Amino acid sequence: MSDLTRLSAADLASLIAKREVSAVEVATAHLDRIAAVDDRVHAFLHVDRAGALEAAAAVDRGEITGPLAGVPIAVKDVVTTKGVPTTAASKILEGWKPPYDATIVERLKKAGMPILGKTNMDEFAMGSSTEYSAYGPTNNPWDLGRIPGGSGGGSAAALAAYEAPLAIGTDTGGSIRQPGAVTGTVGAKPTYGGTSRYGLIAFSSSLDTPGPCARTVEDTALLHAVIAGHDPRDSTSIDKPVPDVVRAAQLGKSGDLSGVKLGVVKEFSGDGSEPGVAAAFKDSLEALVKLGAEVVEVSCPHFEYALPAYYLIAPSECSSNLARFDGVRYGLRAGDDGNRSLEEVMSLTREAGFGPEVKRRIIIGTYALSSGYYDAYYGQAQKVRTLITRDFQSAFEKVDVLVSPTTPFVAFPFGSRTSDPYQMYLADLFTIPTNLYGGPAISVPCGLSEGLPVGFQIMAPTLADDRMYRVAAALESAVGTFTPPAL
Amino acid sequence: MSYEEILTRYEPVIGLETHVELGTATKMFCGCKTDFGAEPNTQVCPVCLALPGALPVMNRAAIEATIRIGLALNCDIAEWCRMARKNYFYPDMPKNFQTSQYDEPLCVDGYVDVEVDGVTHRIGIERVHIEEDTGKTLHVGGATGRIHGATESLVDYNRAGIPLVEIVTKPVPGLGGLAPEIAKAYVAELRDIIRSLGVSDVRMEQGSMRCDVNTSLNRPGEEWGTRTETKNVNSLRSVERAVRSEIIRQSAILDDGGKIHQETRHFHEDRGDTSPGRSKETATDYRYFPEPDLVPIAPDPAWVATLKAALPEKPSAKRARLREEWGITELDMQSVANAGAVEIIEETIAAGASPAGARKWWMGELARRANELNVELTAVGATPAQVAALQKLVDEGKLNDKLARTVLEGVVAGEGDPAEVMAARGLEVVNDTGALTAAVDEAIAANPDIAAKIRDGKIAAAGALVGAVMKTTRGQADAKTVRELLLERLGVS
Repeated sequence: MSDLTRLSAADLASLIAKREVSAVEVATAHLDRIAAVDDRVHAFLHVDRAGALEAAAAVDRGEITGPLAGVPIAVKDVVTTKGVPTTAASKILEGWKPPYDATIVERLKKAGMPILGKTNMDEFAMGSSTEYSAYGPTNNPWDLGRIPGGSGGGSAAALAAYEAPLAIGTDTGGSIRQPGAVTGTVGAKPTYGGTSRYGLIAFSSSLDTPGPCARTVEDTALLHAVIAGHDPRDSTSIDKPVPDVVRAAQLGKSGDLSGVKLGVVKEFSGDGSEPGVAAAFKDSLEALVKLGAEVVEVSCPHFEYALPAYYLIAPSECSSNLARFDGVRYGLRAGDDGNRSLEEVMSLTREAGFGPEVKRRIIIGTYALSSGYYDAYYGQAQKVRTLITRDFQSAFEKVDVLVSPTTPFVAFPFGSRTSDPYQMYLADLFTIPTNLYGGPAISVPCGLSEGLPVGFQIMAPTLADDRMYRVAAALESAVGTFTPPAL
Repeated sequence: MSYEEILTRYEPVIGLETHVELGTATKMFCGCKTDFGAEPNTQVCPVCLALPGALPVMNRAAIEATIRIGLALNCDIAEWCRMARKNYFYPDMPKNFQTSQYDEPLCVDGYVDVEVDGVTHRIGIERVHIEEDTGKTLHVGGATGRIHGATESLVDYNRAGIPLVEIVTKPVPGLGGLAPEIAKAYVAELRDIIRSLGVSDVRMEQGSMRCDVNTSLNRPGEEWGTRTETKNVNSLRSVERAVRSEIIRQSAILDDGGKIHQETRHFHEDRGDTSPGRSKETATDYRYFPEPDLVPIAPDPAWVATLKAALPEKPSAKRARLREEWGITELDMQSVANAGAVEIIEETIAAGASPAGARKWWMGELARRANELNVELTAVGATPAQVAALQKLVDEGKLNDKLARTVLEGVVAGEGDPAEVMAARGLEVVNDTGALTAAVDEAIAANPDIAAKIRDGKIAAAGALVGAVMKTTRGQADAKTVRELLLERLGVS
């Protein structure tokens, strides 16, 4: 086999099933690729060579079969993996080895998917560039001087650099889709509650959604099917059948979108996007119309308040979720010299262990929940959330899916948006409304702007994840996939 | 200033917040056991240790128990409510927030009727909500056992996540000088109601029931005064003493023209008074918000109706019925209830004992022993059937009172049923007339002076000779039989 790392997950699974290649060979090829390029990409925080090879060997021994058996995967470092370091890219969890697997990790293992390692991210999934990782940023394989998106930049870059055929991401405000867009890969945020959060280190509980990342729509759907489904350990998990996303992706591949109504959000079509992004989006729409789709403009008047509402709700929940990191039971403990009080040690631990963006959001959230401010901030943001949900619901009475660019701009150079948090937050302008609503959305590569990938976002109603896969696969068949320059 | 005199010038308003630890087999949000007294940190898991990524899932049994408590307290049950996070940092709270309820409690607007001196007082219930318990912190190396000055703090998370129910009364005005007594009676009634539901062992001394007492004073016709919240009230007696001591303390301040500060105070069992704790002005802002990790609680009204229909007989009604059946005074019934002995005495009577006999053993010897061992009566080592059998042996004259106590010692020591213990230890009353006659003759021979007095008609002197016989038979004789025999031998019967 010439280069196993260039193949799709679907093809790898088929070759392994037919025993034309062993799972160990596939895992080894990817581990070797990581060893060769990751000093430049820095997609991984931890590589588990032994664990991956052992899992691959079990598939080769015929112990596990299944649609993705033997296909290796990279897991975002915010998801717990038993005995394998899980840090959420934070100093406060440096070296922490969880005693348990996240539900989705259990499902990957049960499906016979070797876990290559843990991928880099913005600390606690807060950021859009990986520049807030406590362990240094990930470099975009398209241009090593640019960001790979965030927070799941490591997972997206691992795919674009052919270090892994599949990856797990988590999406709270766009952390799967925006990295997918700027690395020319596919990333899907399932319906909230469609994938279990058990073992996902919480940032914002009501928004966090684990999801699949891959280089093709079909691979993304295959992974989606493995990880989705009800989990009794997550109270917010939905106890309903998972939509048949694999079949939808295969259906879309045929390139027929007759009768499908695409809604273009009026409020997103202003001058928010870079010209190159807007142009690629427009070309893609035309391509979809050629496949039989109908384009309708719809108004979602409250989307303009999504960003401020998100930056109250997410920090509020984060300020509470991150309270457990106090140095008492696990992770970093700072200043415990035998003279300092417990309270001082907790405070010094959090001072030393959290980075600037995490601290910023904890402070915003603490303020927003404070007595006397709650109604004006958190309470008001929840009302906006309800209005945004209604915007989606009324839009989906008119159209099957909503479409937009995934993010207003292509991969930007390091350091260009860190001085002004708001400039960084704008990266998620188009992705955040979906998180507030809870529906599914996918980003699929749709073109290049000045040599850098542009993402096309498809948003669907809750529990209609299959719809977005159909449109995404159709678009992929029309515009093709995009390969970065050799590293 | 006498207490009675204070009550001529001030009117107290009280309120009680009671925490009850539910006796569910597992914790509120995970499958960990809730056994009392286990080795520290052995009943823990990723969820109750708040490991990164772990999530709570609500224990249905805890919701059911809370709803049953609410129904028994005549509350309305919410058709839809949510848990809330109460945020504050403390090392015995693994998440550094407590999952509780805030403005959407599960049960609201009920009441408890409390009877004191034949008068019924209705105590309004504001709310009944569910929350989780914290761990336990042990501060080592300090003089006070508190966090200040300690060199090390040890935390046991076994208790973290055990379900707690908080029952909050409405403010209760108009009780006058009876406020302390009614407060105590309310807590006793609440305890009996919860015990009758079988959802908690409600033991104040073990902390499975804890009480905070709010007290304020106002002059007649004026608005209610500023209240204080007294914590660390760990027995029924302390509830009464805490209210009384706050009334006295606050009245002295008000008499001097001073102001009552809204604050938390600690009750001191030994001194019977309170000292200031945390002031409310510096209290933590808990930043409550709805718990996003848990779906709302929406109990099916049909299920609630089923639970309501299956509620047990009210303890007050049951006590009235049993008092009648047993033929005892209200005061005696109250002590039975306070000792948690109603059910066990009922069962002993069902096993064949007379009400007086059953009550005598459980409220006497066995209550004493339970107290010494600090266990429930049910765990004292004797069953209702054994106690009934013991009383039967007494009634049949096979054991006298003293011997029966010795037999009971053997029963609780696990030596078997009363008849077995009696046989094994050779404790049966000596009814063998030959042996007794010999002992009586021996006593007469050894005390000729006393015998002469009796023969002369001084029957009262017989006691001394009966005593002597009892001594030689090591108490195993029946005193009445001995007396009869003695008089017969002396020819005065």
